[in-house]
Amino acid sequence: MIYLDNAATTLRKPESVILAVANAMGNMGNSGRGGYADSLTASRMIYEAREELADLFGCPQADHVIFTCNATEALNIAIQGLFGPGDHVISTDWEHNSVLRPLYLLEEQGLELSFVPSDAKGRHRESMWEQLIRPNTKGIVCTHASNLTGNLLDLKKAGRFAKKHGLLFVVDASQTAGVFPIDMKEMQIDVVCFTGHKSLLGPQGTGGLCVGEGVKIRPLKVGGTGILSYEKRQPEVYPTALEAGTLNGHGIAGLLAGVRYVKEYGIQHAREEEQHRMREFYEGVIQVPGVTVYGDYSSWNRAPVVALNVWDYDSALVSDELEVRFGIATRPGAHCAPRMHRALGTEKQGAVRFSFSHFNTRKQAEAAAAAIREIAGE
Amino acid sequence: MREKTRKLVITFHTTTDAMAMEKFCRGKGLPGRLIPVPQQISAGCGMAWRAEPGEEPSLRQAIEAAGLTVEGYYEVLM
Repeated sequence: MIYLDNAATTLRKPESVILAVANAMGNMGNSGRGGYADSLTASRMIYEAREELADLFGCPQADHVIFTCNATEALNIAIQGLFGPGDHVISTDWEHNSVLRPLYLLEEQGLELSFVPSDAKGRHRESMWEQLIRPNTKGIVCTHASNLTGNLLDLKKAGRFAKKHGLLFVVDASQTAGVFPIDMKEMQIDVVCFTGHKSLLGPQGTGGLCVGEGVKIRPLKVGGTGILSYEKRQPEVYPTALEAGTLNGHGIAGLLAGVRYVKEYGIQHAREEEQHRMREFYEGVIQVPGVTVYGDYSSWNRAPVVALNVWDYDSALVSDELEVRFGIATRPGAHCAPRMHRALGTEKQGAVRFSFSHFNTRKQAEAAAAAIREIAGE
Repeated sequence: MREKTRKLVITFHTTTDAMAMEKFCRGKGLPGRLIPVPQQISAGCGMAWRAEPGEEPSLRQAIEAAGLTVEGYYEVLM
C-alpha cells in the first residue's frame, strides 16, 4: 500500500508516539483531579504539551493552549465563542466545512458573512479583501492552506490586513501545523486552531486552539473542570474556561511525542521532503493528455497536496482503480470543501487528491504518477 | 493521621498554574510539593503548593520575579 491521503490523517506515526500512548494508558490518572502521583503524572504531561505547542505556534502563554478532540471542535469554539448576531465575518472559498458550517450556523442566527472568492487556479482574489470590509466587520476566519489545492495563504500579509482594520484573526492550521512555520506574534494571529493527527503526527482525537493575549472566547460547553466546583458558572480563566470534562490525556501524551518528533526532525526538513514528493508526482502527471491538475503551481512553496482529474472520469472510480490495481490510497470526492470545488468547477466530478508525508519516498511518488499515466492512457 | 503543624499553602486558579509552579520550583531547587487543597481554604484549583511557613518570603520573591500566577498564600494548621 502506498498511502497518499496524509491530508486526511497521517497513517504512519513515529514509534515514540505509539509508545507514549501505550505508556499513558498504563500509567496515567485523570489530570487536575487529584494530588496523587498518577493524576500528577497526567497533569505534568499535559502541561509539557501546552508548553511545547505554545513554543511551536508562538503562543504567548502556555495556559492559553486549549485542548480539544480535533480541529473542528477548536474551530467551533473559536467561531461560536467570538462572533454572533450583528457581527460581520470575512472568510474564503478555500474553507473546509469545519469553518463553513459553524459560520453558516451563526448566519442563521443573524451573523453577516462574506467570502473572498477564488479564481480558476483557486487563488484568492486579493483585491477583494479590502472591498469586503464593513463597519460591523469583526473578524477574519480562514485556512492557512486549501485542503484541496494546496494553495497557501500568506499569513503575515493577512494578519497585517486584519490588524489594520482592527479585526480578530482566526486561522485554521489543519493542513499546515507541523510543516509550515506559524508564529502568532509575528503574524498577528489571535487564534490558531490545529489538529493533532495530521502533520503533528499524534493520535486521532487530539487537537486544540492557541489563544492570543486579551482574546476572550465564550465557552461552547461547560461542566466539570476540577476547579471552583461550587461555582454555578464555568470558570473564566484559561485553559479551564474552554476545557470542560476530562481531557484526552492518553491522546495528548501521543501528541506531545509527535510535536517533539516534529521539532527534532525539523519543520523545514519535513516540508522540503514533502514538497519534493509533491513535485515529483506533479511533474510525472502534468503533461499527460487528459489529466487536469487544480491549483496554483507558480511556486513550490505550497502545501504538499495535488488534486487532479483524469478526462471526465468520476473521481471516485479513479480513486478506486488506484486502490484496487495499484495499491495506492487517495481521497476522491468533495473533501468537505464545497466552495472550493464550486470555484474550480469540479462540483460534479469531484477530484482525486494525493497528499504527501515526509515518510513517503520518491519511488512512491513516481509510482503514483505512473499509475495515473496508465489510467489516462487506457 | 499525622500530627498537625502549621504549613504554608499557596493556591492557584488552575491546574495549569499549579503545574507551572511545580516545574519552576523543581527547576530552581525551591522547596515544597503539590498537595490537594485542604478543605479549610477556598481555592479555585484543587491542587496547592505546600511548604514551610518560614519559606514564604523566598518563595514569594521567586514567584513574583518569575511572573507566575498564584491565587493566594495561606498558613494552615494541617
